[in-house]
Amino acid sequence: MTRTRRLSAPLRRWYGEGPLHLLLLLASFALALYAGVRLLADDWVMVVVWFVGAALLHDLVLVPVYAAADRAVTALVGGRGGGHRERTMYVRVPAALSLLLLLVWYPLITRQVPRYERSTTLPAGVFLTRWLLVTAALFAGSALWCAVRTWSVSRSGREAGTGRG
Amino acid sequence: MRDAPPPARRTALRTLLRAAPRKIEEHSPSAPGFWRSPLRGPWFTAVLGTVLLFGTTLLFVTGLLSYAAYNPDLAAVNDKTPDKGLLGFYLFAWPTDPHWLYRLTQGLHVTVGITLIPVLLAKLWSVLPKLFALPPARSLGHALERLSLLLLVGGALFVFVTGVLNVQLEYVFPGSFYPLHFYGAWVFFGAFVAHAALKLPQTVRVLRAGGLRERLGTHEGREPEEDSGRGGDSGRGPDAADGLVAPRPAGPTVSRRGALGLVGGGSLLLFATTAGQSFDGWPRATALFAPHGGDEPGRGPGAFQINKTARSVGVGADRTGESWRLVVVGPGRTLRLTRADLLDLAQHSADLPIACVEGWSTSDQAWSGVRLRDLAALAGYDGNAADAPGVLVESLQLRGSFRRAALRDNQVRDARSLLALRVNGADLTPDHGYPARVIVPAAPGVLNTKWVSRLTFGEL
Repeated sequence: MTRTRRLSAPLRRWYGEGPLHLLLLLASFALALYAGVRLLADDWVMVVVWFVGAALLHDLVLVPVYAAADRAVTALVGGRGGGHRERTMYVRVPAALSLLLLLVWYPLITRQVPRYERSTTLPAGVFLTRWLLVTAALFAGSALWCAVRTWSVSRSGREAGTGRG
Repeated sequence: MRDAPPPARRTALRTLLRAAPRKIEEHSPSAPGFWRSPLRGPWFTAVLGTVLLFGTTLLFVTGLLSYAAYNPDLAAVNDKTPDKGLLGFYLFAWPTDPHWLYRLTQGLHVTVGITLIPVLLAKLWSVLPKLFALPPARSLGHALERLSLLLLVGGALFVFVTGVLNVQLEYVFPGSFYPLHFYGAWVFFGAFVAHAALKLPQTVRVLRAGGLRERLGTHEGREPEEDSGRGGDSGRGPDAADGLVAPRPAGPTVSRRGALGLVGGGSLLLFATTAGQSFDGWPRATALFAPHGGDEPGRGPGAFQINKTARSVGVGADRTGESWRLVVVGPGRTLRLTRADLLDLAQHSADLPIACVEGWSTSDQAWSGVRLRDLAALAGYDGNAADAPGVLVESLQLRGSFRRAALRDNQVRDARSLLALRVNGADLTPDHGYPARVIVPAAPGVLNTKWVSRLTFGEL
């Protein structure tokens, strides 16, 4: 125990973390290097572009875009000063779910894949229709829920009012 | 000519100029105050991280199983990653029992992968402030850890994106799917294991700390100032140092319960519109967005899912008609059989599914035809059926990376492994491999070669 301490104290000073940290990362890098040279063996420039590009596209484009959209919706629906914040979810939830479907299935939804029909004999045009219908259903369901909630809140408010009166 | 600004204005300008860098700094993503969401914090991240810990492990294991299912160590024609080296250390002879094995493992791999996308996105969102944290490195250890995070995040997105594009037949990635997804997964998983091990103690501590109700609980009706230090992720204590908790949180617009509900709802929606593509009948109709969801192709006995049509791989009727012959090659013997010759041999039947690497599968179809081991016997391996060797199967296909594929001896010896001539009581349709196709229990779809032209026993 004391010997381990004696060894790890200078490491901590020099490296900033414990010995386990160093060992884990070195093992992980060794594996990444072993697999990485094989990953990059073919078209290494484009693979690096895809690997790093995926992270950059997500962190610097996708997240700022959806965060800004979310803020805009919250400001627009939530009212000035956020007086109607609970109402924002009736827009944000269906919008988020619809955009999630588009994000995952956009090649099929936007008919990017000519080989799809040729390979499978299945019709490629159905995905856009389905996405629009599901989106419509999500917003309609959300509107219905909002209406029911508003109605039940106002009714219970009225009942409480008569009870007190 | 203009006069110099009066002294008072000059001072104001100087103050502004001096303050500007600080103002910019405050509004840069590196400033702690830039990130305002009150949802972020160690607990939120720990919950999502725990889901991904189990989910990613399942994806990795089922992915390795799929790799083994191709029997890449059997023959060069099966091996799309010949320089795999040590990464193939675990390979084994892929079994034929249970006959739905690949249908299960690969259905899980793809369906769970798609289901986890919202969790992955939410997890990345929850730790985003750390990407911009300054200084870039507090120590050498910290620098190495950040480098490892690039492999983790880049690797995760790379593997998910290539997988999601591949199941939609959108082959835009730079190269063949097999090496990209396989080696990419190893890079990702190495970084993932290190990350999970380093973060596990903190995750366990945060999740064990209890107060689930308060942490899920709505912030609404409570001012964020009031909230900090109480139910939510406290601004004090050891957790504050990890830079996830916003020091100046904006007013909450949703509770943590609501945010986790949205992530779970997204996963549920993706699952519900994908999982059905692993079953025939009404479940397939529920898979609204999955590439092999919705309807079956056509009507009749051949109306089950097709991976590649005859036309798409260049197999025309001119080569599958009367002129077609099956060449069977064995030690010192070569046979040329017509379809009528094959129908004269002992016919056997087997109920087996088609299960594709893309994650979709069919329910069991009723195939009938000649046992592969009977053909091995015709080719000269006429001793014990248990001694039949592996076989190299060649197709009429002009395109497709598996138009030549090898089957292992255990696959040939299985009594359910057929050179099928009929399915569901009718001749094979052109798109299901007429005049003859291979069907082997538990084998990935591409090894069930269609439009077979040649079987070479014993020499792979």
